[in-house]
Amino acid sequence: MTIRIDQQSCDGCVRCLAACPYGGIDIADGKAVLNLRCTHCGTCLDACPQGAILSDAGTRRIPDFSEYRGVWVMAQQEAGGLHPVSLELLGKARELAEHLGQDVSALLLGDRVEPLVGALFAAGAQQVHLVEHPALAGYRTLPFSRAAAQVIQSQKPEILLVGATPMGRDLAPRLARRLGLGLTADCTGLEIDAQERILRQTRPAFGGNVMATIVGRYSRPQVATVRPGIMKPLPPEPGRQGRLLRHNVHIPSQDLRTTLLKTIQVPRSGVDLTSARVIVAGGRGVGNMAGFALLEELAGVLGAELGGTRVAYESGWIPHERQIGQTGVTVRPDLYVAVGLSGAIQHRAGMLDSRFIVAINKDRAAPIFDVADFALVGDFSKIVPAVISAAQEA
Amino acid sequence: MRIFVLVKQVPDSTEIKIDPRTGNLLRQGVAAIMNPEDRHALQAAVELAAQVGESSVTVLTMGPPQAIDVLTEALACGADKAVLLTDELFAGADTWSTSGVLARAIQHLGGAHLVLAGRQAIDGDTAQIGPQVAEALGMEQATYVQEIEYLDGELEVERRMGEHLERLCLPLPALVTVVAELNVPGHPRLDLLLLACQDRAPIEILNAADLGFKAQEVGLAGSLTEVVETFSPKSARETEFLEGSPAEMAAALLGRLKAAKLLHKGGLE
Ligand SMILES: Cc1cc2nc3c(=O)[nH]c(=O)nc-3n(C[C@H](O)[C@H](O)[C@H](O)COP(=O)(O)OP(=O)(O)OC[C@H]3O[C@@H](n4cnc5c(N)ncnc54)[C@H](O)[C@@H]3O)c2cc1C
Ligand SMILES: Nc1ncnc2c1ncn2[C@@H]1O[C@H](COP(=O)(O)O)[C@@H](O)[C@H]1O
Repeated sequence: MTIRIDQQSCDGCVRCLAACPYGGIDIADGKAVLNLRCTHCGTCLDACPQGAILSDAGTRRIPDFSEYRGVWVMAQQEAGGLHPVSLELLGKARELAEHLGQDVSALLLGDRVEPLVGALFAAGAQQVHLVEHPALAGYRTLPFSRAAAQVIQSQKPEILLVGATPMGRDLAPRLARRLGLGLTADCTGLEIDAQERILRQTRPAFGGNVMATIVGRYSRPQVATVRPGIMKPLPPEPGRQGRLLRHNVHIPSQDLRTTLLKTIQVPRSGVDLTSARVIVAGGRGVGNMAGFALLEELAGVLGAELGGTRVAYESGWIPHERQIGQTGVTVRPDLYVAVGLSGAIQHRAGMLDSRFIVAINKDRAAPIFDVADFALVGDFSKIVPAVISAAQEA
Repeated sequence: MRIFVLVKQVPDSTEIKIDPRTGNLLRQGVAAIMNPEDRHALQAAVELAAQVGESSVTVLTMGPPQAIDVLTEALACGADKAVLLTDELFAGADTWSTSGVLARAIQHLGGAHLVLAGRQAIDGDTAQIGPQVAEALGMEQATYVQEIEYLDGELEVERRMGEHLERLCLPLPALVTVVAELNVPGHPRLDLLLLACQDRAPIEILNAADLGFKAQEVGLAGSLTEVVETFSPKSARETEFLEGSPAEMAAALLGRLKAAKLLHKGGLE
């Protein structure tokens, strides 16, 4: 596709500049013109009230998908139990299904996993599609893709949500390619479009600098992987019943050529920042281990876990599992205390959903203050001890 | 062994800024770099080729003409051959469309025993291209790989699955996506860089027609998903600056936290 701007009808209103994620449009002599950064992606097409932005793409016919129904969640397991993201997605699926007037199903693949069915009903599944097969003991890409594809093809769900765990992000693209489906990665927001009744999938791009809303009009089911820890599970209703549907699948031996030699448990450090209610996080400005010892003391009085930026990790002040951000963990505590960190976009991507954010930084212009509820400007080595003693007295 | 490496040119995301007034991305002057994880994939390819012998390493990128820069860099890092897939028709491609083009190109260039890619690109962060190319080529796949060993026509790999590691034995042909822990990429070599910058550098350029695609099959027109809206994540928070001496700021903060019921009795939990 290529984009062209009709100079006659352009009135220089600049709406297209705001729509372009790439900065690909400039205004010259009161008219919009494409510059070298334009990728011809077409995002600007709908932004122009004059209809001055033209593309050579014809209007595409949307196929008839009326036989596709139901919102499905891939039930992922981990060490014999359900991965929490599966329960979170069932909660979201219920909300989406209500908008569509449809049902929620879980797709459970594994070997002798029937004992998990009850937990799926309790978490909101109205139906569970169960596939049990010896080749599905332990995750492997090809047998899981084969089994999932067979059930999806025969049952024709309208939406499929997959947790964006390493397993989900290994399986979903393989499956989507096999079935010819559009797929949106690592979504943080999902809703049904009121008019078109399609799934609006919102996700961060460019390391969280931009949010993009994506739809898939041309294939069904609409598939999205969804970041763990974002959606809320329903309160479980133990004992709730639903419909259990068993499916047989054929898995040919050519799918079994990759073998799992062994699974190595990474020694658990015992920290799980994702469930911490209070986090004290430090960055380059904390300066050294002595600075982090001070933060640890603050964490102690606040009942907090200690975290930090990538710089803090790379400097050896915190282990990797305490790095927060795009390439670390995503957290959403009630209280996040950011100390001596600038609030780079890659860091903010991991902590923006915290309920309250307190920032301590000596630079009044630090970007972390843009997202903070309470800002304390000054040297942390003076402020943190004051906060510690105030908290001890409180 | 014929090895292909998928590389992508991406904006250096540490340098991206947002225009505080319009909320748009400011990409002016932002350097374009080879996606960081792809450099690890390339390094692994060069090492494996040396180990196995009688091998070739071809780097492949789909992108605008200026993406040729990452190919030049890849040649300077030891790749034997580079191929740029470029065409205005490819613009606006989603991962379905991109993976279809990359897979077709690999077939067009004679097929691969091993394809290496980064786990994910820092601009889109989808991590979808690797598995989708593997599916399109009917290959075995392993993602999130941090260790690769070649043994008698098979690969033994170690992958990170969040809480645990897995060791897999993978027959060829296979596609492997890698993470930064895999290796330490070498620096471009000046002698190779000089060669790569010459007219007769081994860089081939292919467009949609060369790969047998019609216009409606690629780019946005050939995609199954489309971006309908972009916006900058806005903070709904109103920042309150607490003023005064450290002790005064601390007292004010504690008051706010108590009011918000964020402190428990005695400040301790
Ligand atoms: C692909 C990619 C992924 C990334 N992933 C992550 C990630 O997951 N997590 C992450 O955190 N980063 C990540 N980064 C790095 C990120 O871009 C930043 O470089 C990093 O977050 C900056 O860390 P910092 O805030 O500690 O350091 P800086 O940006 O250097 O900030 C230090 C701050 O400390 C303040 N300061 C200095 N001295 C004092 C003092 N005495 N008292 C009070 N304040 C003081 C300064 O004013 C400054 O604001 C990633 C980058 C890339 C390219
Ligand atoms: N346009 C492209 N050309 C070549 N390789 C790509 C392209 N896009 C993605 N890749 C490869 O696929 C990996 C994952 O990218 P992504 O799925 O976009 O996160 C990257 O690290 C590259 O190795």
